[in-house]
Amino acid sequence: MEHNPPRPAMPVANALRELLWPALRVGSGPGPAPGTSSAVDALRRGHHLRPLEMLPWLVAAAAYFLFPDYLALGAQILLAVLFALSFDLILGYAGIVSLGHAAFFGVGAYAAGLLAANGWSEPLSGLVIAGIAAGLVGLLSGAVILRTRGLTLLMLTLMIAALLQETANKAGAITGGADGLQGMHVAPLLGLFRFDVFGRTAYVYCLAVLFLGWLAARRIVQSPFGRGLIGIRENEDRMRAIGSPVFRRRLVIYGISAALAGIAGGLMAQTTQFVALDALGFERSGVVLIMLILGGVGRLYGAFIGAPLYMILQDGFAQQDPVYWYFWIGLLLVLVVVFARGGVLGLGQRLARRLGWPS
Amino acid sequence: MTDVGAAALETRGLCKNYGALAVANDINFRLERGARHALIGPNGAGKTTFLDLVTGRFPPTAGRILLGGADVTALAQAQRVKRGLARTFQINTLFRGLSVLENVCMATSERLGRAGDLFRPAGSRRDVIDRAYAALERLGLADDAARLVRELPYGRQRLVEIAVALSLEPDVLLLDEPAAGVPSTESGIIIEVIESLPPEIAVLIIEHDMDLVFRLARRLTVLVQGRILVEGTPPEIAANAAVREVYLGERAST
Amino acid sequence: MDAVSIFISIAFHGIAFAMVLYLVSVGLSVTMGLMGFVNLAHGVFAAAGGYLMLTLMNGYGVPFPLALAIACLAVAAGSVVLERLLYRRLYGGNELDQVLLSIGLIFMSVATAKFFWGPLPQPMHPPAYLDGQLDLGFRSFPTYRSFLIVSGAVVVSLLWLGLERTRFGMTLRAAVDNHRMAQSIGIDTKRLFTLTFALGSGLAALGGALGAEILAIDPGYALEQLIYFLIVVAVGGLGSIRGPFFAALLVGTADTAFKYLEPELGAFFIYGMTLALLLWRPQGLFGRA
Repeated sequence: MEHNPPRPAMPVANALRELLWPALRVGSGPGPAPGTSSAVDALRRGHHLRPLEMLPWLVAAAAYFLFPDYLALGAQILLAVLFALSFDLILGYAGIVSLGHAAFFGVGAYAAGLLAANGWSEPLSGLVIAGIAAGLVGLLSGAVILRTRGLTLLMLTLMIAALLQETANKAGAITGGADGLQGMHVAPLLGLFRFDVFGRTAYVYCLAVLFLGWLAARRIVQSPFGRGLIGIRENEDRMRAIGSPVFRRRLVIYGISAALAGIAGGLMAQTTQFVALDALGFERSGVVLIMLILGGVGRLYGAFIGAPLYMILQDGFAQQDPVYWYFWIGLLLVLVVVFARGGVLGLGQRLARRLGWPS
Repeated sequence: MTDVGAAALETRGLCKNYGALAVANDINFRLERGARHALIGPNGAGKTTFLDLVTGRFPPTAGRILLGGADVTALAQAQRVKRGLARTFQINTLFRGLSVLENVCMATSERLGRAGDLFRPAGSRRDVIDRAYAALERLGLADDAARLVRELPYGRQRLVEIAVALSLEPDVLLLDEPAAGVPSTESGIIIEVIESLPPEIAVLIIEHDMDLVFRLARRLTVLVQGRILVEGTPPEIAANAAVREVYLGERAST
Repeated sequence: MDAVSIFISIAFHGIAFAMVLYLVSVGLSVTMGLMGFVNLAHGVFAAAGGYLMLTLMNGYGVPFPLALAIACLAVAAGSVVLERLLYRRLYGGNELDQVLLSIGLIFMSVATAKFFWGPLPQPMHPPAYLDGQLDLGFRSFPTYRSFLIVSGAVVVSLLWLGLERTRFGMTLRAAVDNHRMAQSIGIDTKRLFTLTFALGSGLAALGGALGAEILAIDPGYALEQLIYFLIVVAVGGLGSIRGPFFAALLVGTADTAFKYLEPELGAFFIYGMTLALLLWRPQGLFGRA
């Protein structure tokens, strides 16, 4: 195993630019500078941690101390980021457009919730089981539907989620049906930290899980497998022609993404101690799509921008004007499409280009 | 693994029908080891379809495909590639948003069996990157390694197509009109690259440019309406009356 | 009820539902197939048609036929504005942007509807001459739904006939068949797209308004019914004009039958059926492979 030494400190002028551009660049294209080693170097340095990548974690840590009254909301935001991150793996990297990603969030939520409601109160093992359950559903459904493309695939993802939701609805004796699943008991985390009413434990718990999820996702997208996913997204024909088992690759990432989504769902069940049918709903599938596109697709960090942006806006509007929140978010979406394609990160990228930074 | 006497690539009774239309009709074809073989024929003769069938992009309606003597008809496209079959496309089929080096790395990584690796960063795969870079150097593409494919002139992109196929280290290389659409000033480099391919690779080239065909190929097969009209050495084909009528007649009329 | 009556009843209500589904969905199929636009907001035009007609009837006492005509024309005209301002930018473009734009429009329409008409469904009172039961001798049927089926059939026939016979229809079919070819032989695709978009939206408004008695017009209409419209388009085959008709018949009658025979299982069957159909024929029943 090779280890790459940490990069030396740089002059301030360059530092800012070094700090900003890697996080903003799309996919992987190194700058246009030609030359023997630069291309190889860019590729070999591609997975090095950049300072800006630490920003979300600093913000999240600071938020814990700055907004003690909002930690319950904060926990929900963090798990939404994880959900959106899982979606980025299939949408942004493998190019699988789904309108049914809530299926896996919901399966994870119900798995964790049912465990907690039936005497299995230890949260960490519950979360792992939630991830496994959702991952299996992802692999099984993916094996059936991932041979299709385009609208057909979109519809099939929608149908799978709808079927699961109907199942949960009809299996009221187990899931609580339309009333939702109640009566969960979640034991203290690690036997030490009780889930408190202020959401302190929930916040830290979600943050830690999100961090691990991010590490895994980052590792995956920078692996040869992850580069291959970009290849599939960019040109499937070519991937087949170089001998890539496209279906298997898509299925693997679909399963991984489903498992991560299930973990996010499990977090929701455990931190709110309630699961309703909307965990599997069309609206949740739509919202995660919106969050990700708002933040920026296929950049790994879109989820970190889009999910908080959406949820904080929603929270703000909901306080003043709960009914018309939809109008303003709708208008925002239209404006984003017209003026800010590529989401916030896309906007940043164009700004960087205008300032003459490599993109 | 393979028997010694077998052709590098062989098709037996290969057919493909779309409804009533036969785009490949009982094609019996042999590509010998180390061959420099050209497949020619008028537009719509089914040349690219033949490549698509051989590589497994579409399943044939009937017939068998053998690679080094082994029947690969039932194998998926990816598995045929693993057995040494590589192709280029008539229209550039590359990752336009990725750098030239990354395009080749993608293929190298598949070739070395590293592409399914989920956890080690792609950048730490020195063997993959170095091999890919060496492949670019051999084709004179090293200076463009860092550039995005879509920023390259068309002729250079055709070279990248070849570089990607070559880095799969094939035994059989199928080139679909490698010089099509390339200005004559640039096509020279492509011809040189093809001429300098390792002699053990069997090369099948589809081409319209007769000068190029006669310069590169030692054997020719003429395909007309999905069926083999005639096969022979370049002088034989040039002298063949049926070919002149069908093929050159068609050319004169367009 | 005996089995024959049940069968007749399911067929009758199923076909009525199918007419509504087809009128709304055909425009969506063409927008997706021809313009390459995933317009999830298509149901907004149907809802707008319903709201306009019902407001004119209930609020201003405008007679039903006139209210219907005004609603369809107004929605068609309004859709042209949207097409010019927003949709056109994204034709054949990134489908994620299209999805985002159309979800944005859905959200705005939901809020707008809530603002002006409140959260409750709009009541649909058919005019007296379409109210009550229609006695056909062997059985009697609800008059309004009979009217719905007949008028739906007339509109569909006119639409198909028009597409066969008129110059616009010919260019449209040519463009659906081969987009690039149509452009290269000098068809003004911009104008064609705008007209097609307006026609599709107008038909959707007609479907929404006529069908207000089956699919109630409420703020969530564009979102909740979307799944039905998408099923019809996907099962019918993208870009097809006739495919969605047969898909609508299938979905309409199957949905009615399942809900009547097994109300416990709700929409389960229809989702399962769609899943199975799409796995069997990914291009839809009438789509080209």
